[in-house]
Amino acid sequence: MSEPLLAVTGLTVRLEVSGAKRAVLRDVTLSVGAGEALGLVGESGSGKSMTARAIDRLLPRGAEVDGTIRFDGRDVSALSGSDLRRYRNQVAMIFQDPRAHVNPVRRIGDYMTEALQTNLGVPAAEASRRASDMLSQVGIDGGPRRLRQYPHELSGGMLQRVMIAAALLTEPRLLLADEPTTALDVTTQAEVMAILDELRHEYGLAMVFITHDLELAAAICDRTAVMYAGQVVEVRESAQLHDDPLHPYTAALAAARPDITRTAGRLRAIPGRPLSAFEAPPGECAFVPRCGYALDACREGLPEITELDGGLSRCVRARELRGKLGAPANA
Amino acid sequence: MSAGAGATATAAVATPSLRRVRPLTGLRATGIAGMVSAAVIAVATFAAIFGPLLAPYNPNLPNLSLAWVGPVGGHLLGFDFQGRDVFSRLLAGAQSSMLGPLAVVILSMAAGALLAVFAAWRRGAADAVISSGLDILFAFPGILLAVLATAVFGAGLTAAAIALSIAYMPYVARVLRGVALRERTQPYIAALEVQGSSATVICVRHLIPNMLPLIVAQGTIMFGWAMVDLAAISFLGLGVQPPQANWGVMISENQTGILQGYPLPALSAGLCIVAVVIAFNVLGERLFAQAQAAGR
Amino acid sequence: MPDRAAAPVLEVTSLRKEFGDLVAVDDVSFRVRQAGSVAVVGESGSGKTTIARMIVGLERPTAGSITACGHDRSRPARSRPDRRRRGREVQIVFQDPYTSLDPRQTAEEAIDEVLRLHHGWSADRRRPRVAELTELVGLDERQSRALPRALSGGQRQRVAIARALAAEPRILILDESVAALDVSIQAQVLNLLADIRDETGVSYILISHDLAVVRQLTEEVVVLYRGQVVERGPTPRVLDDPQEDYTRRLRASVPRPGWKPARRARPGPQPQEGGP
Repeated sequence: MSEPLLAVTGLTVRLEVSGAKRAVLRDVTLSVGAGEALGLVGESGSGKSMTARAIDRLLPRGAEVDGTIRFDGRDVSALSGSDLRRYRNQVAMIFQDPRAHVNPVRRIGDYMTEALQTNLGVPAAEASRRASDMLSQVGIDGGPRRLRQYPHELSGGMLQRVMIAAALLTEPRLLLADEPTTALDVTTQAEVMAILDELRHEYGLAMVFITHDLELAAAICDRTAVMYAGQVVEVRESAQLHDDPLHPYTAALAAARPDITRTAGRLRAIPGRPLSAFEAPPGECAFVPRCGYALDACREGLPEITELDGGLSRCVRARELRGKLGAPANA
Repeated sequence: MSAGAGATATAAVATPSLRRVRPLTGLRATGIAGMVSAAVIAVATFAAIFGPLLAPYNPNLPNLSLAWVGPVGGHLLGFDFQGRDVFSRLLAGAQSSMLGPLAVVILSMAAGALLAVFAAWRRGAADAVISSGLDILFAFPGILLAVLATAVFGAGLTAAAIALSIAYMPYVARVLRGVALRERTQPYIAALEVQGSSATVICVRHLIPNMLPLIVAQGTIMFGWAMVDLAAISFLGLGVQPPQANWGVMISENQTGILQGYPLPALSAGLCIVAVVIAFNVLGERLFAQAQAAGR
Repeated sequence: MPDRAAAPVLEVTSLRKEFGDLVAVDDVSFRVRQAGSVAVVGESGSGKTTIARMIVGLERPTAGSITACGHDRSRPARSRPDRRRRGREVQIVFQDPYTSLDPRQTAEEAIDEVLRLHHGWSADRRRPRVAELTELVGLDERQSRALPRALSGGQRQRVAIARALAAEPRILILDESVAALDVSIQAQVLNLLADIRDETGVSYILISHDLAVVRQLTEEVVVLYRGQVVERGPTPRVLDDPQEDYTRRLRASVPRPGWKPARRARPGPQPQEGGP
């Protein structure tokens, strides 16, 4: 099997919080092949955003990083200077709140063409033309006019599309999307998701799509990774994730969500609350206090990764529970 | 933390657990600089309260035969232009030097805070009127108002302090109005309104207490400015009148000594002012940063 | 069984709100019956939050009327007793758990303040009631005594719910109250809200964009688009068999197992998407 485009191995990140070093990611391992989309799903404290930032070398100062991140075979942490800039051209990131990431006093055109002109040396006229084309690809008409507009003249949904367009202009090979639709209306979200899906296929982009919404990730990602307390607890083909999950947390997460097609008497809520990596008791599976399938064996050290049916699970009982975790209907 | 779609996008910044780790508050968190400043302020305050009692020699009795004599025996800083012990005079002068700025801070902050909260609470027309009024008041520099005040009330600390309070008040009101507006539009205030609580109760029990860190920080910085301005006013002869002991007055009285080769009396008074003002500025800035960090 | 023929506990008639030239709410009418639950659904710019704010008195309607528990509240309250009475009729739980509590008050203090506002009870009488309310929302002792910064988002929302219930309102408006919560916590709070409704008979008005939550918690739904009602009816019917285009589009945009986002035809004039 050829080397994946992005390979994260044993990534552990510690951040300084109020004088103490606390782990926010623990031994995270995942990979994305060229042209493949991986969903990264988790709740608060799961570490999903931190993973994306680690990949894009955007961790806060003072962060301790163990493990490796390899892009196209090269170690990302070793990059610097022009290599690092080239890397950032190949790995584009789009964020949750476009307004916070676009300079409000500069025109859209400047924002979009900046990377092209500065990093890739594309002449201004050509850069504007490409930007205009890309805008129509994301469904925004009147390219040249739009390029002269300022961010405040566009709605949140349009600005997010502009951000996507800008990200695609440098012809990246990997797109990191950190909750790009969370702040959008649901109809706008559907539109933006469709655009992302379509363009990704058109340009052959790989993508890591971060969200808290399991179904959303499954909609446009080939595989989905579920994170809990700073660890990847399951990686699975999206199509099989809902009906045949490999980890109790995934099953519980899917079951906790209300169903739009029926009213349940009560939802199957998970007791307790999601933990961060540093809150989880060391030396045992972090999900134990909330897991309906926990046994003593689960407390004897951090669970290893079990490979099953093309997927991965960090459950000690993965093989045993196979086939029994599929989401039953809410009571 | 997952945010829903809709007009209000709650930015999912750090995880709630990281967020729950409290930012350090209190004096310790202001660092070495903050603590040293606090110590200097404490010494100055102590001198302000007990200065006249602790002065080893009479700060007010002139003895011209000792004029300009340098440090000798128990007189650490020598004698001033009228033969008075400089060190004792500094101690005695601490009182009026600190009291003046204190009055200015209290008056301007009280008036400014009240106006700010009122304007922020009512918003709309009331806010517009108050803001315009404050803008007009902004146009008057403190010194000018001090001159006006002395013309009306006669020279002295009272007139100068009142004049300066009026000059500072618009600035305080402007800064606090921003904070008040931010708090006033928070949902927890709205929740209390929906409960049926009256505006006064909400402002006094909830709005102002949540502005307190910033009010304290602003007041601290302002103390330093008021001290400089009052010293300048006294130096000009419009504030505290000689022969009353006061650091600003001491600079004015002894300034001829600098050129004649006897700089100690004037400079030591100047140094006192500088030290205390810097201390207030540094502590104030640190408290300000803390207030900002603790805010949302 | 609640008597359907009884007067509705809340009635909104031809409600209108203008902000300068912008018409945020245009001729909206609906009613909520005793112990009933109505969802007001829409996206940004639909006017749903403005309607909620008008009902609780944080905004003033430009036209139309609002009647709660038989009292008109279309105009601001004129006296202190009036304001308090309204507080006992309709309460609200906001979306953001991080700003809807006074950061300087513990849960107990916040609830106690509400009790003191509405009743002239002694401290001895208030204490057990505070304990009752914190228990009702599932807060333990440590959490009740903690400041908001020591509580998670879900716990803070529980405090906000307890505080709202302390006034013993007939109607509780939930303004996207679970939208900012993690999925697993959202489920807990939704169950809690269902329990509360069973126990106290309070009526809910759920402002939400999340159709699955709407299905879970409400019996009737009103769909808003750009300030106007486009469809209304029993929640299951509207969600299973939407009649209007917008409702269909809304329904089709909700991610669920097997869902694939579909792109609208482009380019050409696009329906207004979202608000600022």
